[in-house]
Parts: sequence; C-alpha cells; structure tokens
Amino acid sequence: MANAKLWGLKKSPWVFHVAAASCNNCDIEILDVLTPRWDVERFGIVLVGSPRHADALLITGVLNRKSLPRVLRVYEQTSKPCLVIGVGTCTCDNHMFAPSYNVVGPYDKHIPVDVYIPGCPPKPEAIISGVVKALKRL
Amino acid sequence: MKRIVPIGPYHPLQEEPEFFKLIVEGEKVVDLEINIGYNHRGHEFIAQKMTYDQIPFLVERICGICSDSHPYAYVMAVEDAARIEVPPRGQYIRTIIGELERIHSHYLWVGLAGHFIGYNTVWMWVWRYREPLLDIFELIMGNRNHYAINKVGGARRDILPEHYEKIEKYLDLVEEKTTMFTKAVLDDPVIHARLENVGILSKEDAIAYGVLGPTARGSGYAIDVRKDDPYDAYDKVDWDMIVFEEGDIFAKAKVRLLECYESIKIVRQCLRDMPDGPIEARVDEIPPGEGIGRHEAPRGEVFHYVRSDGSNMPARHKIRAPSYMNIPSNVVAVKGYSIADAALVLAAVDPCYCCTERTVVFEDGKKKFTGNDLLRLSRQKTEKLRRRYGR
Amino acid sequence: MKKEYSQEILDEIGAKFPHASVKIHAPRRTYINIPRDEVYDLAKFLFAEKECRLSITTGTDKRDGIEILYHFSHDPSGTYYNIKTLVPKDDPKVRSLADFLPAANWIEREIHELLGVDFTGHPNLVPLLTAETWPADLHPLRRDYADEHKEFKIEKTGRDQ
Repeated sequence: MANAKLWGLKKSPWVFHVAAASCNNCDIEILDVLTPRWDVERFGIVLVGSPRHADALLITGVLNRKSLPRVLRVYEQTSKPCLVIGVGTCTCDNHMFAPSYNVVGPYDKHIPVDVYIPGCPPKPEAIISGVVKALKRL
Repeated sequence: MKRIVPIGPYHPLQEEPEFFKLIVEGEKVVDLEINIGYNHRGHEFIAQKMTYDQIPFLVERICGICSDSHPYAYVMAVEDAARIEVPPRGQYIRTIIGELERIHSHYLWVGLAGHFIGYNTVWMWVWRYREPLLDIFELIMGNRNHYAINKVGGARRDILPEHYEKIEKYLDLVEEKTTMFTKAVLDDPVIHARLENVGILSKEDAIAYGVLGPTARGSGYAIDVRKDDPYDAYDKVDWDMIVFEEGDIFAKAKVRLLECYESIKIVRQCLRDMPDGPIEARVDEIPPGEGIGRHEAPRGEVFHYVRSDGSNMPARHKIRAPSYMNIPSNVVAVKGYSIADAALVLAAVDPCYCCTERTVVFEDGKKKFTGNDLLRLSRQKTEKLRRRYGR
Repeated sequence: MKKEYSQEILDEIGAKFPHASVKIHAPRRTYINIPRDEVYDLAKFLFAEKECRLSITTGTDKRDGIEILYHFSHDPSGTYYNIKTLVPKDDPKVRSLADFLPAANWIEREIHELLGVDFTGHPNLVPLLTAETWPADLHPLRRDYADEHKEFKIEKTGRDQ
C-alpha cells in the first residue's frame, strides 16, 4: 500500500500550506502559482484544506514560540510519507529574524525538511521547480 | 445553548495566523474572542540592533503585501527626526510606488472576497490582472515583491523614462478591468444580498476602536493620511477621498474598488509632472531626537516612531500596522450575524491574502468545525441566493 | 482647516493642566510632558472634547524610568499630540485608558508584557503576543533583558485550546 500512496503522491501531489510566522509574501506567491498565469493544477498539484489529506506540506516563514507547537501538530496529522517543503529564505536560516527573542528556528531542529526553496520571496517558477525536485527524490 | 466555534490559528481568512473563538447561539454569533501572536517576530527588538540603513529591509518584511508602506513610514520618521528634505523626484517616485502597491493590494482583496462567497471566477480574473503589475515592479526594482524603493533621504532606484510607457499601458488595462469588476459587483443581486447590511460597524464604534483606512471610510469616518497630513507628492496632485456612510461590507468593497481609480489618477499625474533632478538627499548623521512617520497603506495608516540617541542605530523604534487597530473592531462587527456570514465579516477588515485552507481541526464536544465548514456554509448561502435570483 | 497644530488646544491644555509642558517639534508634531497621575484626564480631554484618535502608545525603557508616549492624532489638522510621561522602574504603574477607549485595550496589554508596566483598571491585562510558555516576569524590551534568556525550554507538544 505504501507504493500506492507513493504512486499517488508522484502523479498528483496534494499540498497543504502552513504559514508559521511569515510575512505573507511567500504565501501570496504560493497562491499565485494557482492562478491563471502558472496554473499548477494542470500538473495535478492541488491545495487541500486539511493536513490529513496532504501528501506534502509547504511551510513558509520563521518558526516562533507560539506557532511551533501548532506546526508540529499539523506535521503529526499528515499521513506518511509526507514531503516537507520549506518555501523562502526564512525557513532555511531564520533570515534577518535570528536576533529575535521569539524565534526558535531553523526548521531542521524540529522537523525533517526535504527541500528548501531559497528566495525572499522565491519566484513562482522557483516554487514549481522546488516541488518537482522534491518529487524526483522519491 | 452556547457553543464555541474556533477559527484558526491556521486559517485562510486572515493575513496572519490568528485565533478567533466565535461564541454562537444556534446560528447566531453572540461574542468573539481574538488571540494573536502566532506571527510575532519581535521587529521592534531587532530594529534596535540594526543601523538606520538596514532597517528598511527589515520593516518591509513585516508584511509582504504592504512591503512598501512600512519602509515608507519608517524613512519619513527618520526624516522627521533629522529634518531631511527629500528632492522632488524622489518624492514622486515614492508616491508612484505607494499607489501602484495600493492597486495591487485592493485587487488582492477583491479576489479573496470573491473566493469566500464562492465566486472563484472573480478570484482568478482579478489575480490574473494583478500579474502585469508585478512585472512592472520587477522591471523597476528587480523583485516582484519586497521592492526596497525607500531609503532615508529619498528613493533607492530611479524610474527610467523608457518605463513610463509600460506603466501607462498597464494603467489603461487596469482602469478597463476595474470598470469591469465594479460593474460585475455592483450589478449582481447575489453579491448585494450577501454583502449589504452585513457586518455593520457604526461610526461611533469606528471612532472608539480607532479603526483606519477603508474600514473607517466605509463607516463614514473620513480619515486619510494622504489628505490630512499630506506628504511627498500627495498635495501636488488632484484626487478624492472615497467615503461611504453605511458601514457594511458592501461599503468597504465599494471604497476599495473606487480607490483603485483614484490611485490610477494619482500615478498618471505623477508620471506627467515628474520633475528631473536627484532622487535622494545626502544623509550624514541622524542627530538625537524623535520623529514620527505616517503613511496611508492600503489598509490604513501605518505609524512609525523613531527615537535617535545620536548613534547609528535607533534607541527605540515603534511600529504600528493598521490591522492592529482594525482587527479588534471585529468584536462589534460580527455580533448578531449568522455563522455563514462570520467568515466574510472577519475578512472584510482585509484578509489581504488567503485561499489556502490552512486550518487546524478543533473539537468542541462532539461538534467539529473547521475553516472549510465556514467556507462551505458561506458558499451554500450564496448558492441558495443564486437560485432564488435565478442566476 | 489649517494643516498645523492648533494654538487654542495647547492653550486650553496649559490652562487645565498646569503641570504640562509643551514642546513643538514640527508644525504637525507636538509633544506634551505631563506627570503620570494627570495622563488619564488629559487623554480623556483630547479624545472626548477635541476628537483626537489614539493612534498607538510607545513604551521606552530609559535609564531613569520607563517613558510612555501616547500618540493622539487630530485628523482634521493632521497633527500629532503626543502625551509623554515617565514612570519609575520600581513602581511602574499608570492608569488604564481602556474604560473609555476600547482602542487602548490591546495596546496596553502589549506594553504590559513587553515592558512590564501595570495599567491599573485594565479589564483583562493578559499577554497578547508572546507564547503561553513565556515567563511572565521577562520583558524583552527592558534594558536588563539579555540574550541568554533566549534559550529557555520550548514545550514541544503544547496541545492547547
């Protein structure tokens, strides 16, 4: 059955979008790839409303003390195997928020991330290519 | 019997992760509790460890949608403290970018509002016509968002004369499409039925809660920093403030749609009258003192306060975003309406971005409610109305 | 209306509040220094009689105490009237404005948690921004806050609400 899930994941990944403590810009760009100019639904990439339906998590923003337990809970709820894709420079290295008292990142201290997409914000093309790279790893 | 419907913290309606507890009796909302902080990154703390020239890059990352507004207010605060005069060309460039950003932000909101009431076509269309604007930003400043155009003392980049034509071409397109959207919204009986007389915020409440921007102007509270405290090029161009008295969601939508026309007007005049000369003033040092900068962001007044002690870093930097004042007013705006309307009322302040159902399922007794359910309820109501009007 | 500060308002403040001292920084930026026990009345006067809007309140940790700055905006003239008061660090208390001004509710909660100022009479003085696990006596915008406080234990599975 694991292979069936993998097969579905490769053919049509359903993604769930989590914003930890982001500035919205990566989130807008993620929504942008759904709108007519990029329209990733033609590749079978669909945003879903519940982490339980998701094959992949798109995470944006730095982790802060209040959002960390919630992000972990979302990760626990996903069915495994689940790809975790960090969108934006904030997910890679806390970006310019590292001196803050409320930031607890980077992500790899807390959850396993498969692919990081750097950029502030990454261009829609970069997001699509990041998802493709994540799928190729499987 | 009272029930609690939790919304969030990961929910499509709000620009930041926020947690709302709707307290309902049957279908009716009787109270609301708001819990924020999921997005708190401590900008004010970090700003005290950065130099004056670095901070614009920090504050534009407060919010990706008003990524021009925060640096704009910040540089004006420093210019107020140090009494710096900005050269006219720099002023005009900053005004143009500020207004183009307003169009992009209002388009975003219109699309999202359409998404909430189940008109996904509106979402797709509006976002499609937002794209050429992002191309212009990329052309001028090299990035689709986070423009970094503001600098203490002026503008960081010049708008080249060969770019004027492209901007004007886009303005023609956006004017045509805004007319299309405005007509589509104003003529549709379903949208009327969904938005009119829903989520009313009275003028008294608007004043008491100190709400700002389109939320205030939709309630007949005529405040706009660009008129009240004119800065840069805003007193050199001709434009009108849009105010409606009703206070419902429809009035707020009208304010935002009609403001797009005013922004187009302002940008056209700025491009026509653009003076020549330097784009930035030389800044040597920031003397001890304090300064206040305010800019009318798409969602209302952005306020920055900077206190300098003569060093190269601010001693204190206070930031106030408009949503900070607008969101508490939801407590009065949402009371007495049905759950199906609640999603829309909470979004009327300016959801600013959304669409991904970023929800966590919470349990209350046996009843499960998610953001999806709210969206579904909202869409079912639209469907019902649509059938009633035979559309 | 003329786009600058109104001398009448400042005169009236001077007559009603003899301890107030006014400093004009720019035509549309004025600062009013006042002892902390008169802040409430002055704020009420500006809000109720002069139709000023409370924009925000800034708290600053200065060496000799905590300075609280209420930024009141008079919109028809575009002027900021800033009420400035100093509260001592060993007794950081000031009267809350939240009973007549709902806008002050969140603002005072934020200053309470980030700077540790007590607003007496506030209906619900609980933390607004920081996490549930954040210690109540740690105020990040205070001068004595040091970076070593950053590494305290993070609750990994907070199943809350």
